[in-house]
Formats: sequence, structure tokens, C-alpha cells
Amino acid sequence: MLIGRKQLAKSWSFPSIDRWSIIALLIAGLALLPIAIILRMLLLPAPDVWQHLWATRLGEFLTNTVILLVGVGTGTVLLGTGLAWLVTAYRFPGQRLFDWALMLPMAVPSYVLAFVFMATFDYTGPVQKALRDWFGSSVWFPSIRSGGGAVFVMSLTLYPYVYLLTRAAFHEHALGTFEVARTLGATRLQAFFRVVLPMARPSLVAGLSLVLMEALTDVGTVRFLNFPTLSDGIFRIWHGMMDRDAALQSAAVLLLFAFAALLLERLTRGRARYVQEGSRGHGLVQVPLTGWRGLMATLLCFFVLATAFLLPISQLILWSVYELQQRMPEDLLAVYWRHARATLMLAGIGAAISVLAAVLLAYGVHLSRSPITRLAARGAMLGYAIPGAVIGLGVLIPLAWLDHTLNDLTYQWWGVLPGLIFTGSITGLIYAYVVRFMAVAYSSVEASLEKVSPSIEAAARTLGASPVRVLFHIHLPLIRAGMLTGAVLVFVDVMKELPITLLLRPFGYDTLALWVWQNVAESLWGEAAIPALTIVVADLLVVGMIIRSATLQRRAPMEREELARGDV
Amino acid sequence: MHLSSEPVALQLHRVTRRYGKTVAVNNISLEVAQGEILVIVGPSGCGKTTLLRLVAGLDVQDEGSIRIQNRVVSGDGVFVPPEKRRVGLVFQDHALFPHMTIARNVAFGLHRLHKAEIKQRVYEMLDMVQLAHMANRYPHELSGGERQRVALARALAPKPDILLLDEPFSSLDAGLRMAMREHIQRLLKGINVTTFFVTHDQEEALLLGDRVAVMNRGQIEQVGTPEQVFHQPATYFVAEFFGYTAFISGHVTSAGLETELGFLPQRLSLSSGSEVNILVRPDDLTVYPDENGTAYIARVGFQGMHCMYQVALPSGRTIYSLMPHTYVYAPGTRVRVELRPGHDLVCFTNERAISTGVSQVTDHHFAH
Repeated sequence: MLIGRKQLAKSWSFPSIDRWSIIALLIAGLALLPIAIILRMLLLPAPDVWQHLWATRLGEFLTNTVILLVGVGTGTVLLGTGLAWLVTAYRFPGQRLFDWALMLPMAVPSYVLAFVFMATFDYTGPVQKALRDWFGSSVWFPSIRSGGGAVFVMSLTLYPYVYLLTRAAFHEHALGTFEVARTLGATRLQAFFRVVLPMARPSLVAGLSLVLMEALTDVGTVRFLNFPTLSDGIFRIWHGMMDRDAALQSAAVLLLFAFAALLLERLTRGRARYVQEGSRGHGLVQVPLTGWRGLMATLLCFFVLATAFLLPISQLILWSVYELQQRMPEDLLAVYWRHARATLMLAGIGAAISVLAAVLLAYGVHLSRSPITRLAARGAMLGYAIPGAVIGLGVLIPLAWLDHTLNDLTYQWWGVLPGLIFTGSITGLIYAYVVRFMAVAYSSVEASLEKVSPSIEAAARTLGASPVRVLFHIHLPLIRAGMLTGAVLVFVDVMKELPITLLLRPFGYDTLALWVWQNVAESLWGEAAIPALTIVVADLLVVGMIIRSATLQRRAPMEREELARGDV
Repeated sequence: MHLSSEPVALQLHRVTRRYGKTVAVNNISLEVAQGEILVIVGPSGCGKTTLLRLVAGLDVQDEGSIRIQNRVVSGDGVFVPPEKRRVGLVFQDHALFPHMTIARNVAFGLHRLHKAEIKQRVYEMLDMVQLAHMANRYPHELSGGERQRVALARALAPKPDILLLDEPFSSLDAGLRMAMREHIQRLLKGINVTTFFVTHDQEEALLLGDRVAVMNRGQIEQVGTPEQVFHQPATYFVAEFFGYTAFISGHVTSAGLETELGFLPQRLSLSSGSEVNILVRPDDLTVYPDENGTAYIARVGFQGMHCMYQVALPSGRTIYSLMPHTYVYAPGTRVRVELRPGHDLVCFTNERAISTGVSQVTDHHFAH
């Protein structure tokens, strides 16, 4: 680390503050403020609010949340780990294709899959209609609009998190030890359960905690499938009952759930990284599955891929085409363009600010000699684990207060009312997006900055380059790829975001995701399909990047070269 | 302690750097003459790289001052940042800028010159390291040795006052390392650049240095020519650092030294009856197989042209003996050991050398 100061540094015994740590503390403060505001609710005694909440629907919300977490957790772990082991350890028709294609369902947001399933499998949908036509009206079909339906849908869209991480762990570490276990007399199955799985456990739990965070923040799926959890409950209380205090108290409870998921992740995170960075064993000799066993494996993978990806994609395309034929395209395009423009703007600004903050933090951690900078950067990342509804409310409260105070003051001093400057504009919306998604940008910026060896910087300095020149000629060109990746990730996250947008969007800023939400509420599947398809296509871009890096791991030398040139 | 005929290019005065409770560099004073190659050698963690970083301005000492060309660059309330110090730096990992071509890498430090001048200087430097044909390649397209030469050309392009080399050869494989050492030594001597070279490799230090400074635990144990640090080590540490060192105990008499390997007619300025430890290197001894010998071969290390014998003495001490490979004795062979050094041996009390006719090395000025 370089020294930019003119004075001689003295040895110190307590952490010092420098320019970078002040910037980092500032960003962390802004990022933590909304979370702190909701957390504070737990300390405020509100017995009548609680009495009222218990009397109404809090019990239901809590029960449903727990059911959803347990169900989706179990579902994703079974699907994700099972499929990862299947494609890693066995050979069967289509195995090489499924190896990457099984990550594709990531591109379909849960709420999109939920409404496609609703339209397809609900009482009035084509499947049940056909069944009634064949077997008569008494035929039983499980209701998709239920807890089971929500668990099913979210397991299908979220299992790739577990799949991705356990698959990486299987590939990178476990295989060599698997063979050792076999030579020590374990059968394939024993070796899997006694050696491979325990070694992959940190990755598995890391994937699981991401799944739980997603399940906690979701409002679309549970609303569409009528299985109100805490997140959805907050909106029902906020919009339906207009009860601010009750909504805030529920948000505080939801925050506790989020902390539990976060704790799960933190407890295993360090070890997960260890596993993923460990030396790569050479590939496992895959056992060929022939005959009906191979067929079963192929069918299983295909079934998952078909229900979680192929079905929704083709249904969305069909609806979109039908819709475009039915309606006046100009009319539809005008509405589409309005939503797309709002989305582009919000996601663009959100991504730009997130990347800027991420670069400041990552560069600060890199340059600062104060441990406070690292600590602050870590604190600033907390938002990714916090449900959107919590962040949304946490942003709304201080901004509303600011608006009130501002109006009071200007009225007292000049007799003017400037109106709702913060809550009436996109300020709050952008603020909340950045709080929630900055971590995504940070991890990709930091990853590319870490690959820049400190000696490169030192070499540049001794060659006469000032710190500013080093930033612009060495670091920024080298981390450009990471910044771009981070921007794309945040952009797509904002694009499909629902709870924050629902809470904070000012008039005229309906995003594509919100358009889906409104159309589904009115059962306008066709109209919901067009924005939903747009979101899925954008998301495919991200999933494509993830698939590329996940499969690149096996072509490491080439990747290194590309990284060296900074053009990944 | 410098080449008396040349002016001082780099001067460190009582430099100390601490990290918390660790003292990485402890009160070091050094001078490097214009055009001299000074090698700092020591085990990893001895503080040699910290010392280099202090000179480069990549770190700041807690006490003491550093002067380059008689200008204070650090200390006495002054701190000149690395970009204004006129030092060139070559790292072990080469630290080439991966997003720039070779030519642009070399041109990086020349941004204050005119375009035509830059171009001319870049090709001059690339010619010097024989890589002009690679000018438009990217670093990842080059071999390790080529990257090393580019890094050197880049560091030398702005005509630095001091060239700093931080283990520049340790990332190269053994064969290439030998060739690169020779190539670079010739090159540095050709342009007469003052060089501050840090390495952990004692062979490299002896080969390349005009003078060698042996560092241990943040302190300099000895500075001298390669011959001096090898043949007249000032401390146990320096003696042991250059390998295959053994000590036998000696009893001082008025005529010389009595040892378990016989009498040495070597006089010391110590009173009779004192005990000393005598440094014995593998080339000072010869072993003969002898059934009545009191010593025996403990281990044999076959080194190609030679065999290195580890010999156990009756006192329990172990000595080394280097013999041509025409004699191969099996472990366990009884031997007689003859000590015929042909020169005075270095004697130690309290792990420090005592003068043996030759005055102590560190007090001396040497013309090279």
C-alpha cells in the first residue's frame, strides 16, 4: 500500500482515520441508516400495535413465512445438490448440455413463473379445463394458489443458487478426495455422503442462505399465489390498512428473519470460500448411466428444465405474439415504451451510483491503511441480505421526515411550500436500490481490483505516475470489466425488483416489473407477458455471464490470459 | 563503507521501521557508491524488502533518513513520494501493465518527453534487452525471461538515479536464472547504474554484488565484498548463511590452537586458556578411510562432480567435507580427518568473529 501523505508516519496503536475511511464510513452510514431505522422499531414499546397485529393476520404471515422458508430451503437443497451431483458424477444422454442449462431457470423471476403457472394450472387454466373435459368435473387437481404452489414455484426458480455453488465445490475440491475415499473402501454412495457432501457443505449452506434471502424479499410470488408471508403482509398492512406503525413493526420482525439468514451465511462463508479456492482435483471419472437409468436421469433433468424454464419462456412468447396480433401495436408500444423508459432510467441511475460507490469503497479498502475502511465497506454491503420491503420502509421514514421538516422550515421562513422533494421524486427509489444492490457491484469490482497486483501500482508510482494517474491509467482500465459486470448485475436486479419499487415509486415511474404486477392483478396474462419476457431476456444476459464463468473454471489457463488482458 | 573513489549515490542513515511490535528494519546505516551494485541478502522475513520499499518511497521509516544523490528523500520532516524519487523498480512478479503493449509499458515512465523522444528511447531500451521485435506484443504473450527484461527496460527507461531490484530472478526456472544473471550483470555494468539488489539467494549475492550486505532480523550483520563476507564472516549468522558451515572448538595456547582435529599454528590476541569456536568449511578438510579412525561418515550427498560428506566427530560435532567424486565412501565408514586449510581459520567467541591477523572486516574501506 502506498503512502500519499507528506509527513512521516508514526507507529500507532489505535486504528487511524484517513480520507478513504471517511468516505467509506459515509457510504456505510447511508447504507445502514434505513436498516437501523427499522431495527429501532424493535426497541420501541408498542403494545397496542402488537395486540392489533396478533388479532389480525400476523400469526398467519409468520406461519406462512416459516412454511415457505422450510419448504423452499428443503426443495432447493434437494434439487440443487441432487442435480449437481448427477451431472458431475454420472454420464447420461444430454449430461453435458444439462450441466450448464440447469442454471438457466435463474433467469426467470419467481413471480413470473408464478403467474405463468397460475394461468396454466389454475382452475380456469388450460390444464384443468382439459382434465375436466376428459374425466368430468369431479377431477381433483392440486391448487397452485397455495403454500404448496409457492414452495414448488420458488424451489424451481431458486435451486440454481444451490446448484451453482455445490457444483463448483464438487468440481474444484471434492473429486480428488472422492477417489481417495473409494480406494479406502467406500462405495460411491458412501463416498458421496461421508466425504463429498460434508466438504461441499459450506458452499451448500451459502447457496441456501441466498435462497432464503430471496424467499424473504419476495412479494410477487406469494401475492399471486395467495400465500401471504411477512413481506407481502407488510404491503397488505401498508396499502390495505394504511397502518404505518403496524407495517413498521412487521418489517422489524421480517428483519430478524433476514438476520438469521445472514448469520447462516456468515457462519459458513469463510469456509465456503476456502473450499472454492482450494486446489482443483482432476476430473472425476464419470460413471455412465445406461438403459432405463440413463433415461431416468435425462428425464429428470429435462423435467426440471422444462417446467422451470422452457414452459414459461414459450408461454411468454406465445402470449406476447398473440397480444401483439390482437391489439393495435402502436398503442401497446407506446405503453411499453413508457414503462421501458422508466425502467431504463431507474436501473441505469441505480447501476451507475452503485458502481461508483463500489469503486470508491473497493479502492478505499485497497489504498487505505486504516482497518476502519474495511470494516465500513463490509457494513455498507449489508443491504443485499435485507428484504426490499424493509429497506423501502427504512428509506421512506427518514425521507418523509426530511420533506416535512423542509416544508415546515421554508413555510416558517419564506412562506413557501416546496412540496415533497424527496418522497415525491426518484431520490428515495434510487437510494433504496443502491442500498440493496451495491454489494453486487462491489463484489465484481473488488474481484477485478484484487487481481491487480500491488506491485503493479508500486511500479507505476516509481515510474513517475501520481496516484491520480495510477487510478486513470492503471486501475480503471484494469477494473473496467469488473465495473461493467457490476453495472449489468445491478441493472438487471433493479429491473426485476418489486417491493422497493412498489413502496417508493413516484407517479409516472412504473417499471416493467410493476407493469407485470398490475396486469397479473387483473389477470391480463397477455399484457403481463410482454414486460415479463423483457425481464427474462435481460436476466438471461446475466445468467449467460454466470454460466460462462462457471464453465470457464475448467479452462483455467485461458481464463487467466483473458484476465491478464483485462478483457473478460 | 563505500567505494572511496566514487561519490555516494544512496545513503541510509539510522533507518528504523516498525510494524506494531515487530522491528522490520532496525537502525540501519548504509552507503552505496555511484555505479555500484549492492546486494542485500538474507533469509525471508529479515527486513530486506522493507528496506527496499523505504528507499523506493513505498513505505516510510519511523526513524532515520534516506538520501538519494545527496538530496533527502525521506526523513527530517521530508517525504518525497515514489513518483518524484527517480528510482527504477523491478519486482519478482515483473508487474508489467497487462493492458498495455510492451512498447507502451516501457514508455509509461517517459510521459514528460516529446513523442519522438519517447519513441526513440523506447526502442533504445528494447534494443538493449534485445526485445525490439516484441514491441507490439502484450505481456501475457511473452515468456518469463522476456517479461523480466521488459520490466528492466521499463525501469531503466527514465534514467533513474537508483535501480531497485526485488528478487528479480526468483520467478524464473534454474537454467534461465543463470543466463539472466549474467545478461543483466553485464547490462548493469555497461550503463553504470547504481543498483540496490535484494535477494534471499546467497549464490546470487556472491555472483552479482560489488558488495554484499548480509541482513538478519532487521539488522545488517556484515557488509563487504563477496570474498570478505564468504571468507571472513563477522558473525555466526553470516558464516552459516553461506552454507555447509561447521564449527569445532579450539583451546588457545601461546603457540596456537589445540583442536580435536589437531594443532593449528594460528595465533590469536586472546590469553592462553581461552576457548574459541573455529569455522571449518568443507574445502578445509580432507577425510581418509582408516579402520582406526575415530570419526565416521554419517551421510553422503552426491552432487555430481563432488560428494559432500557429513562426518561425525567423537565429540559429537558434525563437520562437512567436499571431496571429488572419484572417492565414494559408504555411510558408516571409519575415517581420519585432516585439517589443512592453507589459510587462517576464522575464530568466534560469543558468535562474533575475532580478528586473526586480518583486521575486522566491517571497519575497513575497500577499493574494488
